[in-house]
Amino acid sequence: MADRYIEPDTPEMRARWGNFAWTPENAEKSKDVLSRYPEGRQRSAVMPLLDLAQRQVGAEENTQGWLPIPVMEYVAAYLDMPIIRVVEVATFYTMYNIAPIGRFHVQVCGTTPCMLRGSDDLISACKKRGMKAGHISEDGLWSFTEVECMGNCASAPMVQINDDNYEDLTAERLDKVLDALAAGETPKAGTQEPGRHTVEPVGGPTTLKDMVTENHDYRGEW
Amino acid sequence: MPKVKVDGVEIEVPQGATVLQACELAGKEIPRFCYHERLSIAGNCRMCLVEVKPGPPKPQASCALPANEGQEIRTDSEMVKKAREGVMEFLLINHPLDCPICDQGGECDLQDQSVAYGRGGSRYDESKRAVTTKNMGPLIKTTMTRCIHCTRCVRFSEEIAGVDEIGAIYRGENMQITTYLEKAASHEMSANVIDLCPVGALTSRPYAFEARPWELKKTIGIDVSDAVGSNIRIDSRGREVLRVLPRVNDDVNEEWISDKARYQVDGLTKRRLDKPFLRKDGKLVAVSWQEAFSAIASLNPGNSIAAVAGDMLDCETMFAAKKLLGALGSSLLEGRQTGMDYDCSSLAAVNFNTGFNDIETADAILIVGSQVRTEAPLVNVRLRKAVKRGAKVFLIGPEWETTFGGEFLGEDLSVLNQLPQHAWDALSAAKRPAMIVGGAGLGRGGLEASLSIASQLKLVRELEDGSTWNGFNVLHLSAARMGGLMLGYAQKGGIADLVAAAPKVLLALGADEVDFTKFANSMVVYIGHHGDKGAHAADVILPAAAYTEKNGTYVNTEGRVQLSDKAVFAPGDAREDWTILRAMADAFGVSVGFDNFEELRAAMAAEVPALGSEGLADYGHDLPAGGGSASGVIAYPIKDFYLTNPIARASAVMQQCSAELLHGEEIAEAAE
Repeated sequence: MADRYIEPDTPEMRARWGNFAWTPENAEKSKDVLSRYPEGRQRSAVMPLLDLAQRQVGAEENTQGWLPIPVMEYVAAYLDMPIIRVVEVATFYTMYNIAPIGRFHVQVCGTTPCMLRGSDDLISACKKRGMKAGHISEDGLWSFTEVECMGNCASAPMVQINDDNYEDLTAERLDKVLDALAAGETPKAGTQEPGRHTVEPVGGPTTLKDMVTENHDYRGEW
Repeated sequence: MPKVKVDGVEIEVPQGATVLQACELAGKEIPRFCYHERLSIAGNCRMCLVEVKPGPPKPQASCALPANEGQEIRTDSEMVKKAREGVMEFLLINHPLDCPICDQGGECDLQDQSVAYGRGGSRYDESKRAVTTKNMGPLIKTTMTRCIHCTRCVRFSEEIAGVDEIGAIYRGENMQITTYLEKAASHEMSANVIDLCPVGALTSRPYAFEARPWELKKTIGIDVSDAVGSNIRIDSRGREVLRVLPRVNDDVNEEWISDKARYQVDGLTKRRLDKPFLRKDGKLVAVSWQEAFSAIASLNPGNSIAAVAGDMLDCETMFAAKKLLGALGSSLLEGRQTGMDYDCSSLAAVNFNTGFNDIETADAILIVGSQVRTEAPLVNVRLRKAVKRGAKVFLIGPEWETTFGGEFLGEDLSVLNQLPQHAWDALSAAKRPAMIVGGAGLGRGGLEASLSIASQLKLVRELEDGSTWNGFNVLHLSAARMGGLMLGYAQKGGIADLVAAAPKVLLALGADEVDFTKFANSMVVYIGHHGDKGAHAADVILPAAAYTEKNGTYVNTEGRVQLSDKAVFAPGDAREDWTILRAMADAFGVSVGFDNFEELRAAMAAEVPALGSEGLADYGHDLPAGGGSASGVIAYPIKDFYLTNPIARASAVMQQCSAELLHGEEIAEAAE
């Protein structure tokens, strides 16, 4: 797992984030989130609310968003729960960023299936752009993390960038995706293999071929 | 009552017991790190693995597995042995081999259990994990590389102390135990995590590198820092008390003690009175015992003598002084130093009648003028348990940060005259209602008004099971109070009666909170152990022994008589208090009727039989009717939890706690 650390509590951070509060839309959303939990169990909302707060921070500074300490304190106060319990949650789950992050958080899967399908090439393609684990690239665009299996092995190799997965990648296809993102476009998420929709077998079905046209009954053939 | 077989022996276990408890009942030792009787079950250390049939064919964590009818449990099979060795090996992978420089060495669960259940050698030659040390304040020293993530400290601060300060952040191999932003743990019970920690991750900062456990002489004692009478073990080496640890007593302190009880002991070596002093020309000069006694005797006070008992006195000292005054024809005895004059004609009316154990079962509690958290941290723990069981708590007095919620009804005692309707309804609907009247709620008619509420609510009642429930409680602040009241250290008008009598000689027995300016014309003889407020005002100082330096009988606020043993000798020329009073009787030429400690104890037991046997004294359940009205804004007596008595005020650790934790001063850390 990547090294994670909480961004230290500094006067600058207090000055920047000390008066964090929900935007009007997020205030509405947070009330909606709270209402999903039974009376007296509102603390369970800590996970969705931390996510909401992270997105609000992201929207404010045009990044993927992260959780400065004053923001965690705000969520703790909002839910009337001890701050240490909020920090425990935020530091446990890797989808909460607890240190500043770039505009795009590129998470390359390096687990066996992706590695066999060429994730090493993807990693070097990322490094060429100045990405480095635990750092934001100089242009502020990229943060890079090598992660473990994201469950897209059928369309390996893959990367996750912010909320979207990009699958069936090669170094060139990844470059295209990253270029599009850098240019402010929204590349198509999901598989990048031409002609493939999701994770169906490439080149047509290899098993249960009779099921393609009709609801074939195989039972007699077992 | 399920029947289970443990290693082939069939035993019956209580409903709801775990497999671990079943094994213990069968006399089998189950190694464990995370499991603790008084905390919730975590099941994360995996050390308590046993083999259980029926069940999956693999070892199971016994601490989290309920014992069921017909289970066959094996703690001695090859599978269990291998499982324990395996867990031990995993735990030791990231544990440093620094036992020789670790303060836990010799009393370390990990050390002991690795010897008993480990493999004997390591197969691990990779790098070990290292974790930065965390700041947890002036009392807790951390070496987090040693942590095995049992989370006992996290569960203690959340469940028992009720202050969520400690947490486990990050995850997996990177998990770290810390306080939020490494702030100091600052509640009154924080240092108990040191005892809970099964390894050397959390150790005692003031006691760091002082001694090894096997060098220490262990003496059974009673704590005097508050009126709870916590059972303690006094660890001493040579003439010095090095540390105090809690002893298990489920009726009193369970197995916790407050930070003050634990860490005030370094004050026992500082500011001590170790020679007699006599005021000559306005200055205190060291003199011999002979000279000091003849100065007092030459005054020839006759029956113009009075005695004030301090907050930490044992019953023997108070009894010896009472006998001395009696022999001289005086009965001017008082223990309530600050001038309180509540009625003590019925001891049941000034006692914690419900008891600490039963207050947990109360379902509605009214607290009058008591900041329980600082006045008796261990009672606060009990109240928290009561609230967890569903008790409603109402408080009268200025608001303070409770650890159990509760509703504040007002700051003025006059709330007692007319309780708000909803509070009254809750209390009168309760099956086991209770009241706790604190030091600040006793005066100005508070006790009488509370007693009147007690009789209206029928706090003394018969429960469904036939036992008697007495829900009226007074929570005292000083360890000597109940013993003093039993020995008659109470005048009708309080200390004002002593002032009015204008005695020639005033014996201040460790009394430091008295306003001595009112005794300007008396010769103040201070018999005590610390050069504190009392000694400053004294004309004669006779150096005496502190609570660790004498055998003594103490009565806690529930009327529980407990004995404490002598751990070390008093320093210098200081003597045990009763011997000073005995010698003074000789100087006055009177007889007090005892020549040694056994005779003194026998005479005390003959006069007050309850003091002769350990256990709860019986004051009966008849409460006076009370009545009248109370008024006045409540002001809690404890302004600084860490500096309430002369020992604590002399203690560098307590001063540091007060400065850093209560007054927010910069952390004073030695350059390392």
